[in-house]
Amino acid sequence: MTTSDVSQTGDASEKGEPTRRDFIHIFAAATAAAGAGAVLWPLVHQMNPDASVLALSTKDVDLSAVPVGQAIKVMWQGKPVFIRHRTEDEITQAESVPLSALKDDVSRNANLSGQGEATDNARVTAADGQARPEWLIVVGVCTHLGCIPLGTSAGENRGEYNGWFCPCHGSHYDVAGRIRKGPAPENLPIPPVEFLSDTLVKIG
Amino acid sequence: MSHASTYTPSTGIEKWLDKRLPIIRMSADFMDFPTPKNLNYWWTFGGILAVCLVIQIVTGIVLAMHYTPHVDLAFASVEHIMRDVNYGWLMRYVHANGASMFFIAVYIHMFRGLYYGSYKEPREVVWMLGVVIFLLMMATAFMGYVLPWGQMSYWGATVITNLFSAIPVVGDSVRTLLWGGFSVDNPTLNRFFSLHYLLPFAIFGVVALHIWAFHTSGNNNPSGVEIKDVKKDAVPFHPYYTVKDGFAIVVFLILFASFVFFNPNALGHADNYIEANPLSTPAHIVPEWYFLPFYAMLRAITFDIGPIPAKLGGVITMFSSILILFVLPWLDTSKVRSMRYRPVARMWFVLFVITCVFLGWLGGKPAEGSYVLFAQIATAYYFAFFLLILPLLGLLETPKPLPRSISESVLPKTKPETSAAPGAPAAAE
Repeated sequence: MTTSDVSQTGDASEKGEPTRRDFIHIFAAATAAAGAGAVLWPLVHQMNPDASVLALSTKDVDLSAVPVGQAIKVMWQGKPVFIRHRTEDEITQAESVPLSALKDDVSRNANLSGQGEATDNARVTAADGQARPEWLIVVGVCTHLGCIPLGTSAGENRGEYNGWFCPCHGSHYDVAGRIRKGPAPENLPIPPVEFLSDTLVKIG
Repeated sequence: MSHASTYTPSTGIEKWLDKRLPIIRMSADFMDFPTPKNLNYWWTFGGILAVCLVIQIVTGIVLAMHYTPHVDLAFASVEHIMRDVNYGWLMRYVHANGASMFFIAVYIHMFRGLYYGSYKEPREVVWMLGVVIFLLMMATAFMGYVLPWGQMSYWGATVITNLFSAIPVVGDSVRTLLWGGFSVDNPTLNRFFSLHYLLPFAIFGVVALHIWAFHTSGNNNPSGVEIKDVKKDAVPFHPYYTVKDGFAIVVFLILFASFVFFNPNALGHADNYIEANPLSTPAHIVPEWYFLPFYAMLRAITFDIGPIPAKLGGVITMFSSILILFVLPWLDTSKVRSMRYRPVARMWFVLFVITCVFLGWLGGKPAEGSYVLFAQIATAYYFAFFLLILPLLGLLETPKPLPRSISESVLPKTKPETSAAPGAPAAAE
């Protein structure tokens, strides 16, 4: 190494200033890191729902075949959706529950962006902002660990609150699909719901 | 305890190869490895586990030639393997029961490590690599169980993937990423098949590191005392332990075969012979038996812990029950490795084993009534064993005197008493 070499690199670093060579090192490493990130992202993102899965994300359901007091299950996005045609008694029962009795007092209604209090009214509000208390539409997947609660078909155990009962770990939901007892942390979510007519509803 | 090489290449080709790729030297040194002469049968499970891994990989590759990873075809393709493929029934039953045998062996292997303090200095890395292998095994077994696409496959996958939604903030995105959709569906089945094929090779790699690590630190042994004099305390791995391990492997394979040929479905769940149905949850979702203790701990947390909701609390508890093993070498304050010389610790250890078995039993029961309370007590003891008992015992317990060497621990201390003692007439003949 010649003396001039030493003085060239020594000068700047002795003063604690970054040299041009430091800059090149950092720049090269940063470029490589950005490149690695750009390669990694497609490898991760390919695992997210693909276009064909997203294309099946809405479903139209004819409600005219559901008599009062009964409920049906339909598939939406690979998950069951419960649609209950509630009786007057059930509506009164759901409306009379004070918010303080709820384990989860958030509406969990996608039509209200999931916000607001979990009053019965908020639970039956559709995308147009109108509440239709006779139709309760919830995603039928227990918010604990994803089992399908019982109580939709006639004769099934509807739990202590006359709604749904999850057999896996014992969560009880009321007749507005709100969690009342058991390990589940949240109310059954309400999917985006749009009434195309009085008897035709679009989910999703 | 890596030892000086004793290999001398004899033929010309061996000499030529030895300068270029000393693979024969490596194998020869492996066979010649000085091994404590007092290893008992609990030490044969390492070899048994290696055999299990090879059996799973070989039968798995065969099954993949006939299996179809699609939600509409998977269940039928498994029945096709059972009925149509030549010896398909054998390959599938060996693979399915092989998973159970693998876990039986690994649990015995881990309890052995716990009892004899094989995780202590200088074998912390051996132990931690073992925990990594255990985690990989669990992931592999879980994904493999999903592939037949029966009811338990589907609902087990649903419950386990939903665990990730308990993670604050990113939980739902992580779950969607795992699913590749909005529920367990075809994309999920496809990626599980891909990963189920990949992970055993990852296990193979970590096993190589595990073996490398204990070939550096040397084997632990039932006395917990290190080798002091290789001539007196150790024997070469071959033929002493190739034969001992070989015998144990044969006995283990007899047990294995008795399941495969006489009771192939005893360890499975009947509901998995019903095709997956996303609209109907089985009355009781139970994982395979080897996950039951962890499942019991997951369900034991039915109450909020401060700001942590019960669901997240259960998930944290379940994962912690395994992650705590990573720090075990630093939780146990006792310098004495083997519990042979720790009479108090030994009692707590026996209670710990009973607790793990009890948790397994509880995991198969519905989560209600007194089962929940029992699971909570057992979970509390599981964690107390690592967090309270082992740290405190090291300070409070007076261990028995240790033997000066391995040799001394297995040979009579003084002159052997005359064989004329009553009750030993056979020896005199």
